[in-house]
Amino acid sequence: MRQTAIIGIGQTPVREHWDYPIRGLAVKALRAAMQDAGTERIEGLFVGNMLSGALAEQEHLGALVADYAGFPGIEAVKIEAACASGAAAVRQAVLAVASGHLEIAAAVGVEKLTEFSGKFSSKALATAADADYEASIGLSFAALNALMMQRYMYEYGYSKEDFSPFPMIAHHNAQFNPNAMFRYPITKAQYLKAKPIADPVNLLDSSPVSDGAAALIIVPLEKISRFAGKGVKISACEITTDSIGLDNRENPIILAAAQKSARAAYKTAGVLPKDISVFEAHDAFSIITALSLEASGFVKDGQAPRLAAEGIYNIDGRLPISTFGGLKGRGHPVGATGVYQLVEATEQVRGCAPDKLQVPDVRTAMTQNIGGSGATVVTSILEKI
Amino acid sequence: MDIPRYWRLRNQRYRLEGTECTECGEKSFPPRCVCAKCKSDSLQPFRFSGKGTIYSFSTIYQALDTFDKDIPYSIALVKLEEGPLITTQLADISPDEIKIKLPVEMVIRKIYEDGEHGPIQYGYKFRPVLNK
Repeated sequence: MRQTAIIGIGQTPVREHWDYPIRGLAVKALRAAMQDAGTERIEGLFVGNMLSGALAEQEHLGALVADYAGFPGIEAVKIEAACASGAAAVRQAVLAVASGHLEIAAAVGVEKLTEFSGKFSSKALATAADADYEASIGLSFAALNALMMQRYMYEYGYSKEDFSPFPMIAHHNAQFNPNAMFRYPITKAQYLKAKPIADPVNLLDSSPVSDGAAALIIVPLEKISRFAGKGVKISACEITTDSIGLDNRENPIILAAAQKSARAAYKTAGVLPKDISVFEAHDAFSIITALSLEASGFVKDGQAPRLAAEGIYNIDGRLPISTFGGLKGRGHPVGATGVYQLVEATEQVRGCAPDKLQVPDVRTAMTQNIGGSGATVVTSILEKI
Repeated sequence: MDIPRYWRLRNQRYRLEGTECTECGEKSFPPRCVCAKCKSDSLQPFRFSGKGTIYSFSTIYQALDTFDKDIPYSIALVKLEEGPLITTQLADISPDEIKIKLPVEMVIRKIYEDGEHGPIQYGYKFRPVLNK
């Protein structure tokens, strides 16, 4: 297998994009990434998306986006793995290039949620859970996260306010990211007063429904000099799975798929958790940030909220997380999120993040994209060349 | 939910029927096609007693559309006495009475009503064990 690199990145702002259809958003991000790479062609396209069929009545996004981007005829498929669809699509693009099958591949994550009434979008999002034994008896996604959070608080003796650093970090960073949905900070008092969704999860624990698209151009590492873009090495992109039902896991407050995926990524990249300078976490809900940090080996089980209170995950801390605002602040266009995380990690490694968000001397950045309540996890590691 | 799909689930919704592995004895709910522990496909139906304790819980204030008229309602992960966890709604309990380790038992209740003229779907919920 060949080593691969990201040579171009593109994104749309995360917003309510009522003036763009799915195809338009995806093509916008893809063209931006191609321009960044300095290429006018791609040989294959992998589209990460979860809900185009359920909401916009449009499946078959591979062919659709390839056609509208000006490449009818190329290999193009949609990849679906709930909220991990984006990074799962990147994984397929990486494999296609690493295997020697393609010389230049694109991964585009795209999602549109905001133009549909909440009753449709919540129901569609809940299809990431077990339909027969979770969603159809009254559990939304927030409810599943509430079950994890409640048990975590019980086992480790935390109170609600101990989780406040996670959304506060996300909102703090988002205010300096022009592409973020929520560009304002929040206070602990606001967090504690926020509307309950599924106790103990409240509105400010929860990432927003949003629209957006992000794209990467992936090429063999040894060929980056042929392109105008600044290459970043993809040292690992590892996908793993777990039981889809939270109740079928050995321990519902350990993300076993995240443990496996992170360990595989460290091994492939030949790095250790201490070598990571930036971590783009999947903060769909505050509890997931904690579980993801613990499963990835950055901190022992049950310790993430305590260390967050000490400031180590702040933008100027020892391990900055969600540096562009994460899912909570930048927004969570579901199937696009994993690609946004990698676009942002690429900016950190290139050293071209916005002033107040750039972490100094980033050599190694990691992203973790989590589907459902933890049933699919993709961990990626990027390194400076 | 479509009627054939609901009909298919009747042994789970009404009888709490899962599977037991005839090779290693592992009990599962929902029923499995292959034993999650030893990978044997020699499984037989196993009916759980419906007794357990609360492992985790939540009260829902913003629900999926289908359950909107029920808010606030409470849900839980219940640790069945035979071992597995089950996801369920709670019945006959107010949110401030729920706590982890509380003993609960299965009852059959209305899960949801498909509009004024649609079928009513029943299934398991769990309530605090009654003091007899």
